[in-house]
Amino acid sequence: MRETEIRNQKRYCMKDFAQTWRLGLLMVALLVAAASTGVEAVAQETDTAEPEVVRPQTPVQPNAPALEWDPNDPRIGLAAGWSDAESAIMGLELLAAIPRAEGFFNPEEPTDRRFNNTDLAFQGNRLIQGNYNGFQVIDISNPAGPVYELSVVCPGGQGDVSIYGDLIVMSAQETRGRLDCGIEGVADPISAERMRGVRIFDISDMANPKQVAAVQSCRGSHTHTIVTQPGDTENIYVYIQGTSRVRPGDELPGCSTGNPDENPETALFRIEVVKVPLANPAAAEIVNMPRIFANEQGDIDGLWQGGNHGEGTQRSRITNQCHDITAYPDIGLAGGACSGNGILLDISDPENPRRISEEADPNFAYWHSATFNNDGDVVVFTDEWGGGASPRCRTTDPATWGANAIFRINAEGQMELASYYKIPVPQTDTENCVAHNGSLIPVPGRDIMAQAWYQGGLSLMDFTDPENPFEIAFFDRGPMSADTLYTGGYWSTYWYGGRLYGAEIMRGIDVFKLAPSEHLSEAEIRAAEAVVMDEFNAQLQPKVEWEPSADVAQAYLDQMVRSKRILNSRAQETEQVLGGNASATELDDMAALIEADLMKIEARELGGDAERMRKLAGVLRGMAAQQ
Amino acid sequence: MLNRITTIALLAVSMGALAACSGSNTVSTPAPAEAPRIVQPGAPGEDSRAFTGETLDDVAGATFTEADVAFMQGMIPHHQQALEMTALVWKHATNEGVRQMALRMEISQRDEIKMMKQWLTDRGQPLEMPMGDMDGMHAHHNMGGGMHHSMPGMLTPQQMEELANARGMAFDRLFLEGMIQHHQGAIDMVETLFNAPGAAQESTIFKFAEDVDSDQQMEIDRMRGLLRQLR
Repeated sequence: MRETEIRNQKRYCMKDFAQTWRLGLLMVALLVAAASTGVEAVAQETDTAEPEVVRPQTPVQPNAPALEWDPNDPRIGLAAGWSDAESAIMGLELLAAIPRAEGFFNPEEPTDRRFNNTDLAFQGNRLIQGNYNGFQVIDISNPAGPVYELSVVCPGGQGDVSIYGDLIVMSAQETRGRLDCGIEGVADPISAERMRGVRIFDISDMANPKQVAAVQSCRGSHTHTIVTQPGDTENIYVYIQGTSRVRPGDELPGCSTGNPDENPETALFRIEVVKVPLANPAAAEIVNMPRIFANEQGDIDGLWQGGNHGEGTQRSRITNQCHDITAYPDIGLAGGACSGNGILLDISDPENPRRISEEADPNFAYWHSATFNNDGDVVVFTDEWGGGASPRCRTTDPATWGANAIFRINAEGQMELASYYKIPVPQTDTENCVAHNGSLIPVPGRDIMAQAWYQGGLSLMDFTDPENPFEIAFFDRGPMSADTLYTGGYWSTYWYGGRLYGAEIMRGIDVFKLAPSEHLSEAEIRAAEAVVMDEFNAQLQPKVEWEPSADVAQAYLDQMVRSKRILNSRAQETEQVLGGNASATELDDMAALIEADLMKIEARELGGDAERMRKLAGVLRGMAAQQ
Repeated sequence: MLNRITTIALLAVSMGALAACSGSNTVSTPAPAEAPRIVQPGAPGEDSRAFTGETLDDVAGATFTEADVAFMQGMIPHHQQALEMTALVWKHATNEGVRQMALRMEISQRDEIKMMKQWLTDRGQPLEMPMGDMDGMHAHHNMGGGMHHSMPGMLTPQQMEELANARGMAFDRLFLEGMIQHHQGAIDMVETLFNAPGAAQESTIFKFAEDVDSDQQMEIDRMRGLLRQLR
């Protein structure tokens, strides 16, 4: 690695030497040009010439709480650097950090957006890293030593990826995307060679992925979501979320843009549903383009119209698109983060998603993504204020803007706002930072989400109590540059197979393990690490069931001891039973004691945590039954 | 054309080299990991092919064109006129909604000018369009002549003068009408860009052009709302 670094430097410098004369000319030209333009100079002159000018210094003071933070937080003042930035860590251990690989990196312009890393997907011992240039396969059989296995060149951005069995699905939205995965782009503004939509690759031979379908859509695919129907083993569905310009009908018949009052057929204000027959994925096609923003009067633009929500509130974008959708087939719901609204969709019939509720929020600029808790009665929405390329975690940015909004979902499927969460520490103005993608860490008895905040780093949010979310762990590097704002940091941080993986846009892939702390016990960590998934896509949320084990029981116990909601004597007895090789009888006897306490708690004769006592008793009985 | 682009690319390279060797830039140059096997799938149904070490440099692919450069060069003065207009707002606007609107515009247009200059500089391109190329962009010289040139939607010197002389609610209305015209021009420029062969293929400019399109459309909608209130 070190040698490569030196070679690279050398290559740069030799090119530099060879072209000094050109550079000289160029620099002169640039200096002249810079001196003759300079907007700020113009504006300043105007200001000084007219001293009576009253110019508001900031937009209307946000009617939102200011960020509060601990002045001793180690994330403050971290030194900048690309590969040598200072970092701060709490409640985690960094196992590995690998840079982007040659071919998916432009050494001449390391910030070249064409090679930005994007979203992640997992299967078996493999991590799939999406990229504007295609996707990469990384062998994670040893999470502490991830190894690049394959790079697949197929540009088109954003390159968000999902994986399902032998298929990889990838989003393409840019006008340079080609049907044949070519890198040369598409010069003709109207072309049959252009590909904007979702690509489907057959990966049964992983060394040679084969594109089997390219489903074209009017706005291309910014993100997509695999949706399954419990019981249907023959088909999957892919929802296409397009956010880009509508392409001309001359290129893709049926495409047209505009507001619905002028053009009822507009490709805005909808998503596309692709049906993929697993036996013949080449036959994948759009089967529905549901108008999920329609109101009762039948107006297809029935939700947020764009604009603010009153003085001092955020301007929310118009709801003519979904940015992302997270499906949770086990509960029959999907959470749609749809520009100016957060919505819930009934997906029990995946071909015909039906909106059952919607929320607008005076703090949200752009509803970006959704994550349910495991029980499915809470949903976290993120707000990508500033589009992800802007610094939005500065000391002056409100605590509820560019944050998560946490909603309870009631029995009727309506959402009720519980609270907001934003990383509790300011970032510099050269760090793009706002709420971004995350996934649950399956600690039994708790709702914990590991979340990417771009250059704000990785933050673990405990939202077990939706009204009072708090941070339990973090990792943060200093900015890539102390004087230039580059779009970098974590796109996604997801939990898979007992480890946390972070997709760094510019720096590569990081791997973490949880470390015990006052907020997380060893048993809670082991119980989470024991959860096995064969496959994971953050936008296709799986329901986690914990196998009864001493770690799961100890995790519940630790939680009740931490919150002081169990008798100390009972906690000690239970711990002894869990620590020894207890027989089935001993486990059942212990469960009976817990159940007796539970009855007293429910009768309000004893203080305590009824829900966890019930779960603890259930785990003890489950352990007994295993013997 | 191809030669020109190659030269441009080389210049961009040498700019990067300056940063890497001078030690003045705070970005430590990262070393990439060694490339694994690289393959490129074909069109649907076709086989993928392997990349060899020799063709590795080819993966960079589509780059910028003259139309992209002209778009950036044209959008800078376009944005600058917006700043001249918002500067008048601090003196003459009476409506708070207009003042807030103008402040947001000032912040975003300034950021974007900075970004556009950086984009051109990184690619070794002049920040201003050579006068001879103007006709190709369907731009025209202002009546007053001089070095200023006009892009779609930009206010004429007469319109600017009327705006500077207007007061009270008349100013607010003129500002909004003028800025709607101005923004519509930017949207037209994006349309022209996407209709130009080979343009907007590079990810950075694709995203920027899309952002200009959606942001300015949103602001037009907002300004139309404000105008209705003022009538």
